[in-house]
Formats: sequence, C-alpha cells, structure tokens
Amino acid sequence: MEHFINLGLKSMFMENMALAFFLGMCSFLACSKKVETAIGLGVAVVFVQVLTVPLNNLILRHLLNEGALKWISPQLASVNLSFLSFILFIATIAAATQVVEMAVDRFAPALYNTLGVFLPLIAVNCVILGGSLFMQEREYSFGESVVFGIGSGLGFAIAIVALAAIREKLAYSNIPAGLRGLGITFIAAGLMSLAFMVFSGIQL
Amino acid sequence: MSAVSPAAGGFGLGARERAVLLDPLLVNNPIGVQVLGICSALAITTRVDKALVMSAGLILVTMLANLAVSLVRNHTPAAIRIIVQLSIIASLVIVFDQVLKATLYELSLELSVFVGLIITNCIVMGRAEGFAMNNPPYLSVLDGLGNGLGYSVVLLLVAFVRELLGAGKVLGFTVLPLVKDGGWYVPNGLMLLAPSALFLIGLLIWALRQWKPHLQEKD
Repeated sequence: MEHFINLGLKSMFMENMALAFFLGMCSFLACSKKVETAIGLGVAVVFVQVLTVPLNNLILRHLLNEGALKWISPQLASVNLSFLSFILFIATIAAATQVVEMAVDRFAPALYNTLGVFLPLIAVNCVILGGSLFMQEREYSFGESVVFGIGSGLGFAIAIVALAAIREKLAYSNIPAGLRGLGITFIAAGLMSLAFMVFSGIQL
Repeated sequence: MSAVSPAAGGFGLGARERAVLLDPLLVNNPIGVQVLGICSALAITTRVDKALVMSAGLILVTMLANLAVSLVRNHTPAAIRIIVQLSIIASLVIVFDQVLKATLYELSLELSVFVGLIITNCIVMGRAEGFAMNNPPYLSVLDGLGNGLGYSVVLLLVAFVRELLGAGKVLGFTVLPLVKDGGWYVPNGLMLLAPSALFLIGLLIWALRQWKPHLQEKD
C-alpha cells in the first residue's frame, strides 16, 4: 500500500509530467489562459490517462512482451512484439479519446464547447503517450499502472490549473511588449518548475 | 501549384520552393513562432549530442511523413486522415527507434521515451495535416526538411547554452575548465535542471519578438 501511495505522489509532484518532463507543453501553454478551460482540459487528461495507461499495460503484457503470446500457443513463446508498442499505444489512445469526446459532447455540451479543438488533440498530447511509454520503460505491474495513470494525470491537471491562475493575474501587470503572452508564460512555467523541484527527494 | 520557375533562385530552387524550405528556419520558426513541438525541445537539451540525435530523427520523420502523406493525399478520405497520418508517423518512428537502438544504444537509453514521443510531436502532425495534405510530394519534402531544420536550430542553440554553462563542455569536450578539475569556471547547476530550458526558450521568444515586432501579442 505504501508503495502505491509513494508512486502516486511521485508521479504527481516529483516527476510532474508538465514541469519535470515537459510533456504536453502545447496544450499546457495554449489552454492555460483561463482557469475554467484549464480545469476542463485537466479533467479530460486525467480521464484519458486513467483509461489508457492500464489498457496499454494489459496490451503490453498479454500481446507484446516477449513470451506474452504463450496463452495462444506454446510455439509463440519466443515471439517478442514489443517494437510494435508505439503504434498500438497510439491506436488505443486515439480510440479512447474518441470515446471521451463523444461522452463529453453528450453529457456536458458546455464543456465540449469550451475545450473546442483541444479534446481531439488529447490524442496527440505527449502526456498521454508519454504516460504509456514510461509505463513500458519502467515495467509497471497492472496495479502500478493504474496508480501511475491517476497520479500523472492529476499532476498535469494541477500544473495547468496553477499556471492558468497565474496567467489570469499576469493580465494586469505591465510586461515588456516582446515578452507579453507566450514569453512571460514560459518564464512563469519555469518558476513553477523550479518550485516543484522542492518536492524532489521526498520519500514516504 | 507545382509550377517550378527554375530561373528564380539559387540551388536550382524556385522562389516558392526556397520560401517553403527557408521560411521555417527563422521567419516562421516552428518553435519560436508557431510554438509547436516544444515538449521534446525542452526535455532533451541538457547535452548537445542528445539534441543532435533528436534533431536527426525529427528531420527524417518529418520529411518522410510529409512525403508519404502527400503521396496518398488524394486517396485518403477526410474522415480517417488523422489515423492514416498517425500510423505513417508511428511506423517511421518505430524504424528510427530500432535503428537508434542498434547503432547508438547508450544514447537511446538516455533519450528513453522521448524518441517514441516524436510521434506526438506537434511539428510532425502539424506539417502533415497543414501542408502535406494539400501539396505535391516534392514541396512537402522541402517543407518537412525546412521545419525539421528550424526545430533543430532552436534545439541545438538551447542545448549548446545548457551544456556550456551547465557542465562547461560542448559535445563532451571541455571548453570552460571547471573549478573541481583545477580550472576557473564554476558551473551553473540550474542549467542542467528542467526550469532552465523554459527560461531559455522564454528569453529566445522575447528576443525574436523584439526583433520582429509584428509577432508581438496584443491583449
């Protein structure tokens, strides 16, 4: 149990997807102008992440890894398909995103309008694919992959909501013309990243 | 659209070809102006050699993906174009990843998931969707090359600054002798940590926008 809590906190804070690995930067910067949009995107990312990381974990362990195909026939025990992981992961993600998009459209049309183009773009959001690839590289078990999916998704959501709150305040400050908009956002994200480094080294 | 005007420019390229190839290098840089593909630009720039490998991968993938997408553009139904593009890109990245693992294994371990993340690099997707879907193969390859190079310029610049100031080295060769080795340079540890990449890109965008005021955001 302690192991899972530790992993969850680690993926949420110490190894924050957005601020430590710079994943999902495009939507991180583009969708953080308003807190409301940021919350919407954050929720969508958590949802898709929790769905796809465990799903890809199952695919990896029962179809792709060396010896994973043994359940079909013992002759296939030496087959190693793990090089196919990229293409299968992205297919799972694209499908899951489609499902989430249809669900949001059906049950929360207001949110659907706010998120606009960024909902389909979650399919090519590096946070999602990165989560699955980290899961493969670190050889997580199924339980670990569920915790990692929740933790990394929440970490991204926290980061983007915090950045959006900062940017709403920034609108009132007097910033040099060239730095306005994107430039100052990068600097603010850098300072946030610096602040998040405080968490590194914490162990339960 | 594919009208080639051979007399117009050097290198045997017409004016349009030249614009397609050279614009992304500076005027319309994918990272600095279009703000695409910054994820990997930030994460792997602690050392120049990592940035070099990543740039090579991205240039190859963007070029070939643009070529393939452009070749099948008239046979791709609009409804499934994203899936078609993604599978082309993912296949190319798999090839690059396997070649990298076979030739530069140590480096491929350090790049870890970021090679795979070329698939979701917005530059590749963006160029395939935004350019290659509507343009002939030859122009698309040039566009892929141009955007790949534009990405590489920024990547190498950031990596150069970070490795030089953070470790006193460039490509592993000592440029600024460190204090701990008897030299005079006290390395700036922040440069090797994540936040410095954000600061550097922020400053880069500032410089670019100060130089080209029409890029500045009005709010």
